[in-house]
Amino acid sequence: MINTGEILQTIEMIDQQHLDIRTITMGISLLDCVHPDIDVSCGKIYDKISRLAENLVRTGEDIESEFGIPIVNKRISVTPISLIAGSCESEDCVPFAQAMDRAAKNVGVNFIGGFSALVQKGFTVGDRKLIASIPRALAQTERVCSSVNVATTRAGINMDAVATMGRTIKEAAELTADSGGMACAKLVVFANAVEDNPFMAGAFHGEGEPECVINVGVSGPGVVHHAISALKGQPFDIIAETIKRTAFRVTRMGQLVAQEASRRLNVPFGIVDLSLAPTPAVGDSVAAILEDMGLSSVGAHGTTAALALLNDAVKKGGVMASSRVGGLSGAFIPVSEDAGMIAAVRRGALSIDKLEAMTCVCSVGLDMIAVPGDTPAETISAIIADEAAIGVINSKTTAVRIIPAPGKTVGDTVEFGGLLGSAPVMPVNTNDSSLFVARGGQIPAPLHSLKN
Amino acid sequence: MRAIVTVIGKDRVGIIAGVCSILSEFHVNILDISQTVLQEYLTMVMLVDISACTLRFGDLANTLKERGEAEELSIRIQREDIFEAMHRI
Repeated sequence: MINTGEILQTIEMIDQQHLDIRTITMGISLLDCVHPDIDVSCGKIYDKISRLAENLVRTGEDIESEFGIPIVNKRISVTPISLIAGSCESEDCVPFAQAMDRAAKNVGVNFIGGFSALVQKGFTVGDRKLIASIPRALAQTERVCSSVNVATTRAGINMDAVATMGRTIKEAAELTADSGGMACAKLVVFANAVEDNPFMAGAFHGEGEPECVINVGVSGPGVVHHAISALKGQPFDIIAETIKRTAFRVTRMGQLVAQEASRRLNVPFGIVDLSLAPTPAVGDSVAAILEDMGLSSVGAHGTTAALALLNDAVKKGGVMASSRVGGLSGAFIPVSEDAGMIAAVRRGALSIDKLEAMTCVCSVGLDMIAVPGDTPAETISAIIADEAAIGVINSKTTAVRIIPAPGKTVGDTVEFGGLLGSAPVMPVNTNDSSLFVARGGQIPAPLHSLKN
Repeated sequence: MRAIVTVIGKDRVGIIAGVCSILSEFHVNILDISQTVLQEYLTMVMLVDISACTLRFGDLANTLKERGEAEELSIRIQREDIFEAMHRI
């Protein structure tokens, strides 16, 4: 039998260290919902999501109560809507988003992802229609999330798409100016996007995925923080080992929940995403883990190395604990969702430049960063291009989720509420990049030998 | 199905009796009990069988929680699997 100490340790992790399952995400293929008439297509989308995800929330709540582990979010990801839009005669894709939003509300999930397009090598008719509709779709819906993949290691970077996304983000911010540019918090620009990511706002159900699948995202920065804070002055070998052990335990919990959800919903288990996803709650911070390693503030020199160790050790510990690992798997560094990151920005210790360096070694990119509302679209595109280059060259996922907060300037704060938190507006480099962005075309795929 | 009941609170007369009577009320069979008292705090862990339980799991968990709170105790019940998953390979 399990001994008392182990039982109490688990309870302490859940009660005091914010251990939770961050999300159970049901991936649903909508490929059989195509129809030339958009109203028919939207009807099929609404019906299919409502049918397959009918029991998702209740099942999540049942598992939560039986195992005593909080499952914070129940979500849905769908086939990139650009694939559906391509066969549709209508120019406007907003009705698709509205159908997704209605379905999400009907089944009770808090976000639905997949208002997406993959344009790393160029645009189809459907891609163009979808991207043109993103700002209005996000402004007119509550729960729909959107993502656009503009680059891959195999294809290089579509600089026309990069330029378009800079303008799209600005437009999305302006359409939701009264809520601080909220639409931008639901819009991610990716390089090397993954098809089985359970985390929002970047989740979509890739083309290579089955009809319906259950993916689970675990979390637990608070648990790692607690374990590391007890190791003052110890060498990095011990830090890495401790993170691995902790990640193992956390992931075993995710694997159990994923299998149980898959069995009860009679939907195949896809992957467990081993991510350390912070929340604004005190103690549930990735920044705090980096500071535990001896940095006076996240952003200090040494931050990138600390994050690299953390990211790698989380994967090493988690991989053995799950039969299938996927998604983004690593540490997330969203500024607005992490109390430690917010504090570091406020005290001037953490800049966009340092965050960019950190994205070279962690699982995502520049995430939930508010910048001044007058930042030009070209500058946002150039930020996207830099992030995409990091992803493409290093064969990893990178992303940009940036909010040019209308009417706000450096020092102001944008409040999003809930898990999205609040973002201090950060300065950007004000030198002009517009001629660079205006060139368009494709930055070629990189060579994968002669590595240095 | 087996589950773990944990009871944490200030030690006093009748805690075990109280918890056991709630469990027996709903036909939960107690398989094993372990308890420690550190200073004045009691921590009790019970392995129980809930196959014959007359309540749904969630309702049993809520009942234990509510009756525990009335006595200033933290009582929770969780399926055994979660501890096995976390601590055993």
